[in-house]
Amino acid sequence: MNFVAAIGRVFLSFLEATGRLSLFTGAAVSYCVVPPFYPRLILRQMVDIGYYSLPVVGLTAIFTGMVLALQSYTGFSRFEAESAIATVVVLSMTRELGPVLAGLMVAGRIGAAMAAEIGTMRVTEQIDALTTLSTNPLKYLVAPRLIAGLTMLPLLVLVADVIGVFGGFVVSTYKLGFNPAAYLKNTFDYLENIDVISGLVKAAVFGFIVALMGCYSGYNSRGGAQGVGAATTTAVVSASVLILCFNYIITELFFSR
Amino acid sequence: MSERGVKISVRDLHKSFGPKKVLAGLNLDVGAGESLVVIGGSGTGKSVLIKCIIGLLTPDSGSIKIDGEETVGISRNAREHVLSKFGMLFQGSALFDSLPVWQNVAFGLIQGRGMESKQAKKIAIETLASVGLGPEVGELWPAELSGGMQKRVALARAIAARPEIIFFDEPTTGLDPIMGDVINGLIVNCVRKLGATALSITHDMASTRKIADRVAMIHEGRIIWDGPVSSLENSGNAYVDQFIHGKAEGPIKMAVRH
Repeated sequence: MNFVAAIGRVFLSFLEATGRLSLFTGAAVSYCVVPPFYPRLILRQMVDIGYYSLPVVGLTAIFTGMVLALQSYTGFSRFEAESAIATVVVLSMTRELGPVLAGLMVAGRIGAAMAAEIGTMRVTEQIDALTTLSTNPLKYLVAPRLIAGLTMLPLLVLVADVIGVFGGFVVSTYKLGFNPAAYLKNTFDYLENIDVISGLVKAAVFGFIVALMGCYSGYNSRGGAQGVGAATTTAVVSASVLILCFNYIITELFFSR
Repeated sequence: MSERGVKISVRDLHKSFGPKKVLAGLNLDVGAGESLVVIGGSGTGKSVLIKCIIGLLTPDSGSIKIDGEETVGISRNAREHVLSKFGMLFQGSALFDSLPVWQNVAFGLIQGRGMESKQAKKIAIETLASVGLGPEVGELWPAELSGGMQKRVALARAIAARPEIIFFDEPTTGLDPIMGDVINGLIVNCVRKLGATALSITHDMASTRKIADRVAMIHEGRIIWDGPVSSLENSGNAYVDQFIHGKAEGPIKMAVRH
């Protein structure tokens, strides 16, 4: 009986958490489209997410493209399908690895920073101070981050796609001895618009998820430094798990037959 | 106190956190232009009381009227209108670390009232001067200030928009006695100059004696005594006597685990 009750309690608390997150999301999204807007804050978040994440996302993309070419070569050479490497690299980068890896890296860099910043503002009463100064904290703190996350991750992923394909090109031509022109031809011959578009849609959703979980965890943090630490962990872990879940859902929507 | 002169009226206010009852039917009136100090031990509900009045917490039941208008259960827009009457000095100052001092002081003017940045900065510098800080302080960041200076900046932020009602949450906590007295003096001057209604919560008796017109004592979620500050020493209330003299023996039992 106690075991059943324990399962029931876990299920109820899961429903409660889901409900709280849904209400928070609904309120935050509604504030994204209702004035006043804070263009300066949005721009600052865009620079933080887009510009300052470029090095980490670029490095991740180039090494992923390089290793993808190398692994595909060692695998495909067993049945003499080396010519498919360029196509495998470009499709893997644009459809899957570009958005997922950029999403995960940004979750670690930006999601954690958002949770820590907003969490610290919560425990030091800065969010209460915003309210007393007639400023809606959801509108001032959360909405600019959501807008920046939603718009900047697709741009980052576009850059990551190009860098990842370039990484594969470098390994294939300089190390594996492929003809550069033939490699590029194979890269673009089999690439369709939907491959890139699906990756960018994923990126927009992942950017929203990273910003949402960072803001939500920080906004609801409690209990001083320990609470802020817990919020930071929650933001990164929950965003990462949600990115992987939504990656499957979006892939299913775009490519299932 | 006549109904007309009442700025804040709290009736039968209840607030619990889980099984813990913090406010248990609290009643309180604050007159227009009056400086009321609520005293009481830690965990007796002082902070919860002002957070309920200002709308940062939602009471379980009861009534809170500002200028005769009910504020419990009002819409977000109506709340924002009510909040424009308030200023608040937080216990830990709660300055925004990501903004320089002058933008902290001008925040309510720029974001809350839509004032132009140039004009708001001028008012912020004037307000900083009124709490004894020079214009150069306006360009510093909150992290570069001492605790006493942070309190002054927080006071400047609370009064910059010339609010009708100002709340002071433990204004002298963490300050040395001399700086505490300086802050108390500034509070008295600012409140008088603005003609504002002030509600302070503290357990610092020196602060209470300096800034209060009237004192109310909260215990177990209710106001158990209130009267003019002049009658604090001979209140005839055993709880008040124990509290103001800081005695371990008396009707107030502290939860101490041996």
